[in-house]
Amino acid sequence: MRKGKHTYAPEEGIYIINTSSIAGPNEGRGRFSSYYDMVLEDYDWNCKTHEKTEIKMHKFAIEQVIEKSALGRSDVDCIVGGDLLNQLVASTFAAREFEIPCLGVYSACASFGEALAISSFLIGRGNMNNVVCCTGSHFGAVERQFRYPLELGTQPAPSSQYTVTAAGSALLSAKRKENVPIISACTVGKIVDYHICDANNMGAAMAPAAADTIITHLQDIGRGEDYYDYIFTGDLGKYGRETLYYLCKKQGYDLAGCLNDCGALIYNDEQKDMQGGSGAGCLAVVFASYIYKEMCAGNMKKVLLVPTGALLSKGSSLQGESIPGIAHAVALEMRE
Amino acid sequence: MMDGGDYCKYVSKTAPRTSELKTLLAAFCVGGVICMIGQGFTDLYTYLLPDAEESMLGALTSMTMIFIGALLTGFGIYDKIGSIAGAGSIVPITGFANSIASPAMEFRKEGIIFGLMAKMFVIAGPVIVTGVVSSVIVGIIYRIIAIV
Amino acid sequence: MEWWEYLIKYGKVFLVGGAVCLIGQILINRTKMTSARILVTFLLLGVVLEAVGVFHYIKEWGGAGITVPITGFGSSLAQGAINGSKISLFHAVTFGLASVSGGLTAAIVFGFLVALIFKSKPKKL
Repeated sequence: MRKGKHTYAPEEGIYIINTSSIAGPNEGRGRFSSYYDMVLEDYDWNCKTHEKTEIKMHKFAIEQVIEKSALGRSDVDCIVGGDLLNQLVASTFAAREFEIPCLGVYSACASFGEALAISSFLIGRGNMNNVVCCTGSHFGAVERQFRYPLELGTQPAPSSQYTVTAAGSALLSAKRKENVPIISACTVGKIVDYHICDANNMGAAMAPAAADTIITHLQDIGRGEDYYDYIFTGDLGKYGRETLYYLCKKQGYDLAGCLNDCGALIYNDEQKDMQGGSGAGCLAVVFASYIYKEMCAGNMKKVLLVPTGALLSKGSSLQGESIPGIAHAVALEMRE
Repeated sequence: MMDGGDYCKYVSKTAPRTSELKTLLAAFCVGGVICMIGQGFTDLYTYLLPDAEESMLGALTSMTMIFIGALLTGFGIYDKIGSIAGAGSIVPITGFANSIASPAMEFRKEGIIFGLMAKMFVIAGPVIVTGVVSSVIVGIIYRIIAIV
Repeated sequence: MEWWEYLIKYGKVFLVGGAVCLIGQILINRTKMTSARILVTFLLLGVVLEAVGVFHYIKEWGGAGITVPITGFGSSLAQGAINGSKISLFHAVTFGLASVSGGLTAAIVFGFLVALIFKSKPKKL
């Protein structure tokens, strides 16, 4: 059901019945190390290229979430997947072995939010029963596509972020299950461009989009900022989180009590990650591990996921284009 | 909400900055040390080859430094030096070697011809083009002066 | 040469080399230049310094401090062109590249061999 401008609240319950998470070595040493289903010991995972590793990670996440839910592959109606590589080669190639219909989504690092929103639309009105959402990213594969060769001796900018090597998946179902979160509303974000051109400061490029989506969501649904226990943005990083707080405060929303950022949290304080993690796998893996498990355990009741994405390609920034941002909001709630 | 201009001003005012002193000091020291190593090789070659021309000694030093730069790139050490030293390891000739060896290694996976060889100059290509074009310009100007 | 003469000589090399890299770092910090731009800028600096005849004096004082940075590469290019220009126009346009063929060959061959042997790896955080 449509609410306000851009928010849709599903009439039937859409249950996130299971998640699966896989993290790379650096993330495995990070803050949520004990929450991941699997941590890779090295970046190759016996694959010849980083792209192949990423495909294998997506495959693992999809396979495991279906297995965990005690479903057969034929019970899954659709895989909605996304990643950062050109032509979505990681998520679609991973899906080729499953013989499950597949949709590819791209909102840069906000892809997981887009996948959740689209899946909830697919399940709504009884169209589909079970949908798997899966997004991920791999540092080595992303770096060579968007930045420099790994061995080039450059200095990381202090405002930059480190692309996470991780994948997270969630299985959404129309079938009722106790003690799991349901999707209560989705706000599809619009592209917001405040003309930030510095590709090393993605947090600043994405923060206006996140602010826009969060405020639109709260207005659409008629809730105050204290309704949610936690608002998790995707990968704004430490600086981006501060900027988002500032932007919302200017609009009269004080998010001090609930605003958290997965990118700023994913590594621990000793790791030299500059502003934190980023990438399509960042929110996906934190949600699939930490947030989902804490929600199921009853430690978090109402959570707003706001994955954020910076839209750029190597060519677009060389052609002098600015970096627009996008953010989608997905509200998760534990029903009594 | 703020408009783009105000926001850009806000960001450029508040964005995290490089610690100037630390990076400058690191660049100065690492750059200086690399040049001292280069001088060491020049002196060594001067001692070993007393009859050689100066230009040959210079070329031998460059080649040695390039070899070291490429090898350290291969072992995955050069990018660690670079992450601390910044320009201190980009500006010396070893940085030029790093900028050739690193894309070659990175794109080796796309095959020897279309990967390694084709992508070898994605970073260093502009350097070679600038060098050759500017040397031709210098040559022509000096030739005109010589004739006149 | 006495040991302290070496000390002074290498100290000068350190100072000049460090100063060149320091200028590069200032450019990186202030303008967010990438490594390709830095290399191009310093190469041009070397060409210009050689063409106007200043490079020689810096080299006299700082030795490898100015020749090991990419400025040395630029200076060799310009020097080759200047030497060639004394013979004919053909030599003027071809001697530049010829004078750096050693370094260029080394870079290509070593880059090629390194890429055949080693594999690039993400770093531990």
